[in-house]
Amino acid sequence: MRKTALDCVHELATIDERVVFVGSDLGPGVLAKMRAEFPERWYMEGVSEQHIVGMAAGLAMEGFVPYVNTIATFLTRRCYEQVAVDLCIHDLPVRLIANGGGGVYAPLGPTHLAIEDIAIMRALPNMTVVAPCDADEMRRFMHRTLEWPHPIYIRLAKGGDRVVSDASRGFEIGRSIRMRDGGDGLFVTTGVMTQVALEAAAALDAEGVRVAVRHVHTVKPLDVEGILGDVARVPAVVTVEEGIVNGGLGSAVLEACSTEAPAELAKVGRIGIPDAFPSQYGSQQSLLAHWGITAESLADAMRARRRAAGAR
Amino acid sequence: MTALDERSKYLRRLIVDALKGGGRGHLGSSMSMVEVLRVLYDSVLRYRADDPGWAGRDRFVLSKGHGCLALYAILADKGFFPMEELLGFCRPTSRLGGHPERGKVPGVEASTGALGHGLPIGVGMAAGLRMRRSDARVVVLTGDGEINEGSNWEAAMSASKHRLANLTVMVDYNKLQSYGPTREVLDLEPLVDKWRAFGFATTEVDGHDVAAVERVLRAVPLDGDRPTAIVCHTVKGRGFPFAEGNPDWHHKSGLTEADIAQMYACLA
Repeated sequence: MRKTALDCVHELATIDERVVFVGSDLGPGVLAKMRAEFPERWYMEGVSEQHIVGMAAGLAMEGFVPYVNTIATFLTRRCYEQVAVDLCIHDLPVRLIANGGGGVYAPLGPTHLAIEDIAIMRALPNMTVVAPCDADEMRRFMHRTLEWPHPIYIRLAKGGDRVVSDASRGFEIGRSIRMRDGGDGLFVTTGVMTQVALEAAAALDAEGVRVAVRHVHTVKPLDVEGILGDVARVPAVVTVEEGIVNGGLGSAVLEACSTEAPAELAKVGRIGIPDAFPSQYGSQQSLLAHWGITAESLADAMRARRRAAGAR
Repeated sequence: MTALDERSKYLRRLIVDALKGGGRGHLGSSMSMVEVLRVLYDSVLRYRADDPGWAGRDRFVLSKGHGCLALYAILADKGFFPMEELLGFCRPTSRLGGHPERGKVPGVEASTGALGHGLPIGVGMAAGLRMRRSDARVVVLTGDGEINEGSNWEAAMSASKHRLANLTVMVDYNKLQSYGPTREVLDLEPLVDKWRAFGFATTEVDGHDVAAVERVLRAVPLDGDRPTAIVCHTVKGRGFPFAEGNPDWHHKSGLTEADIAQMYACLA
């Protein structure tokens, strides 16, 4: 997914001379071909996230479309004021490509784990927050970014993620996608949690329970109509995200229900990272298991929600 | 210290008009940079007041956004917006707030106020202008307390690396930040050496000496292969004996009629 995102930056640079890449201190050889082809539009600025976000704002003010890339925690926590003031107050078309959303950097500990990135980016006016589920969707999304007039936070997963998206379903920023039909329950997901939810839904099939999956690649602006339309059709809803539960996708869905469909609130349960800094290392998979974000726990949560709703 | 001439007094009167209208404002921080802005807008920067977005303009970024009263005064004087708007300073529906906003105030290039943002933005602008083969220049004015922020020094390294000779940073070195003397709060010295060490061509000037500031700015870039840093030695609250060098006048709210009368009297 990361490789695809960066390859797309190069592709976009070939078709649009406004495209500029700004990295901090990335791995050797990142976007080497773009650097060779467009040396003037390729920047590697060092470990200085406050500066690179401001610099990207200045470039955007001059009509460029900068794609900024570094590790998610450093692109959110380190320079939150620059993101808020330089990008969001000015409402500039800067794209923040954030490596390692959620538990990807599990062995590196809590300084590197982007657990609250979706929540804090979502809190900023004018910001768009997108978490594609696989490399194919990343490509479709990236080609939509050229003309989007607002700043975008792009959350990357580990890479090598099973491809579950399908071009036939299309891709529009701000429009969620129903990946699977079903009237007995609904998983509302973002990023690579869509794959986990599809697995859980398949397991529930065996019990004769048909559960829909709605993939919300764009957490902000939220596709309220699409999500609430599905919520209305089922007795139980579980939101799933590889992010802290306070303020993330689940919160956004509850907010939408609270405003637009308060009667649905009781249907909705949330699965995500608990309100604590991670205390374990290991792997992304072991952390997800520790947090209770697995296909099994999703299926259990759906069964419990259905029981609470009186469904059989 | 040279006396203020009539134009410097006139611009200060415009600032007092705004202070009167808003009943508050960063008096000290604005008064130290009046002559620097005056020289920039009277004789250095290229701009079109009736077409603030003109692509060929030089970009001026007021990084110390809290000094916006001085910027508003010179922009109004140059006709970027009607002079009467100064009287609405900080009123609910005014365009002129306590910090300047791009898109709201004609002639304002960046929304600043949070400190340490102008220079990184200026680096991006200068890099962008160079990519476009534009000969427009970028001037960033920072405060002295402002450059406590590390983001300035990140940007300085970047400007130097990219040899952005089209970028000039000016430091309004009035030597007084909000709490007290910069020397005591967080000493910046040796300030000129710092900029030089970060790869800038440097000079320093009396920031209230109009002829000297003009001479220095006309010589920019000081080196055709490097960004320029100009340390402007100034006096906080310049023009108002009760406020000069007095940190209590960094920002004032609840200004009384007597306060305002006293200010006009200083400029008589």
